[in-house]
Amino acid sequence: MKQARVVVAGLSKRFGRMEVLRDVNLAIAPGRITAIVGPNAAGKSTLIKTLLGLVRPGPSALVAIDGVPVNGGPRYLERVGYMPQVARFPEQLTGGEILRFLQELRGDGFARDEELVELFRLGASLDRPVRTLSGGTRQKLNAVIAFLFRPTLLILDEPTAGLDPVAARILKDKVRRASSTGVAVVLTSHIMAEIEELAEDLIFLVDGAIVFQGAVSSLLEESDEPTLERAIARRLEGHVS
Amino acid sequence: MRIVRKILASELRNVARSRWMVGYALLLLGFTSLLLRFGGTGERALLSLLNVVLLLLPLVSVMFGTLYVYNAREFIEMLLAQPVRRGALYAGLYGGVALPLVAAYLLGVGVPLLARGSEAPGYLAHCAMLLAVGTLLTLVYTAFALCVAVRIDDRARGLGAALLVWLVTTLLYDGIILGVATSLGQYPIEMPLLVMVFLNPIDLARVLLLLSLDISALMGYTGAVYARFFHGGGTILAFLMLIVCAATPLLVGYRWFLRKDF
Repeated sequence: MKQARVVVAGLSKRFGRMEVLRDVNLAIAPGRITAIVGPNAAGKSTLIKTLLGLVRPGPSALVAIDGVPVNGGPRYLERVGYMPQVARFPEQLTGGEILRFLQELRGDGFARDEELVELFRLGASLDRPVRTLSGGTRQKLNAVIAFLFRPTLLILDEPTAGLDPVAARILKDKVRRASSTGVAVVLTSHIMAEIEELAEDLIFLVDGAIVFQGAVSSLLEESDEPTLERAIARRLEGHVS
Repeated sequence: MRIVRKILASELRNVARSRWMVGYALLLLGFTSLLLRFGGTGERALLSLLNVVLLLLPLVSVMFGTLYVYNAREFIEMLLAQPVRRGALYAGLYGGVALPLVAAYLLGVGVPLLARGSEAPGYLAHCAMLLAVGTLLTLVYTAFALCVAVRIDDRARGLGAALLVWLVTTLLYDGIILGVATSLGQYPIEMPLLVMVFLNPIDLARVLLLLSLDISALMGYTGAVYARFFHGGGTILAFLMLIVCAATPLLVGYRWFLRKDF
C-alpha cells in the first residue's frame, strides 16, 4: 500500500467544556476521494480545520500530511488546496488581484493550473472587484483557488453549494481528474447523492467520534440499503437509539 | 518579511479603495477646513481640533479596525490555509488597517493645517505635535481593535467591547480621576494623578497637546506640576508611554492570534 497522505492519530479536541473530537484516528491514501459525513455539529469542520492548521491539535495528537506534522510550520500547506464553504474575499480587490496575491505568497516556483478559469468562463469576471460578483461566481473563484497550485491534497468543504448544475458538474469532473492523477481529496457534503457519485471512501462522524470508516460500497453492503442516504440514516438511528 | 510586505500591500490596496476610508479622510478634511476658516486664529483652531483628535480618532480607529477584522474573518482563514506564518498575517493585518487610518488623518487634518499656515510663533511645532499625537492614538486604538476582534468571536459582543474600550478610556477613566481629585483635593495628589494620567492613552495625549499649546494655566495648580514635569524630559517619556500603550494590546493580540482556533 502507498504511504498515506494524511495521518491522524489520537486526535481529541475540546472547545471549553464541549468535546468536539474524540480520539479520531484515520489515514487517507493518495488518489482516493474521501467524504466526511455526519449530522450537524458532529465535528466535520473541526476535523478539516485541524488538517489545515486552523485548529490546533492537542499535544498528544499526531496530525501529519505527507509525513510532515501540521504544527511544525506552514510549509506543508504549499501543496494543499482548500475550498471553504463560504467564499468571502476582500471586497475591493478583483479576482485577478487575489489570484496574483496568492501566487506572490508562494513565490515563483509554482506552476498554476487555471483550467477551471476557462471551464467556468471566468475570464472577464476576474477584472471586476469581488463586491460586484454574484455568490455563484465567488464560489467559482473559490474553486479555482483550491486547484490553483496543483495540490497533492485537496480539502473541499461543501464544494458544490451555491453552484449551478453546470458548474457543479465541471467541478466534480475536475475533482475526479485530480484524483486519478494521485491527488488525495477530502470533502464534506450534505448531498448524499453527490457523495455516492464522487467518493470512494467514507468517514462517518457522530458526536466527534468515528463510527464508520471504509469504502462507500462496503457501508452499502453492510446496511443492505439501496442508497447511501438510507444507509447513513440507518446507521445514525442505530447510534441514537 | 517578504510575506508581510505582500500581505500588507494587498490589505492596503483593499482598504484604500473602500469608501469608508475615503469618507473618513474627507470628513476630517472638511472639519479641519471649516474650523480653520471660522474658528478664529490658528491657535484656537488647533484647540478645537484637539477634541477631534481625542474623541473621534480613537472611536473611528477602534470601531473600523474591529469591524474590518470581523469582515475579513473568512479571508483570514483562507490565508491561514496558505503557506503563511500566523505572525506574518497578523503583522500584515495590523499594518493594513492602521496605515490607511493614519494616512487619512495626516491628509485630512495635516494638509489644511499646513496649507493655511500661521504667523504665530511655534505654529508648525504645534501642528507637528497634533499630527504626531493623533498618529500614535490611531496606532493605539487599532491595536485595541485587533486585540478585541481576535479574542471575541461573536461580532456583536466584539463591537460592544470595542465601544466599551473607547468609552472607558475617553469618559469613565476621566470620571474616576475627577472623583479622586475632588474627594482627595486637600492632599498632595499631583504625583498619583500624574501616574494615573500616564496609564490612559487619551489623557496622555490630552496633556501633551494642552502643554504644547502652552495653556497649562487652564489646568490650575495641577497644570503647573504637569508643565514642570513635561518640560523637563517628560514629553519624551509621555511619547514612549503612548508607544507602550500601542505595543501592549498589539502583543497581547499577537499571542492570542498565534494560539487561536479558527
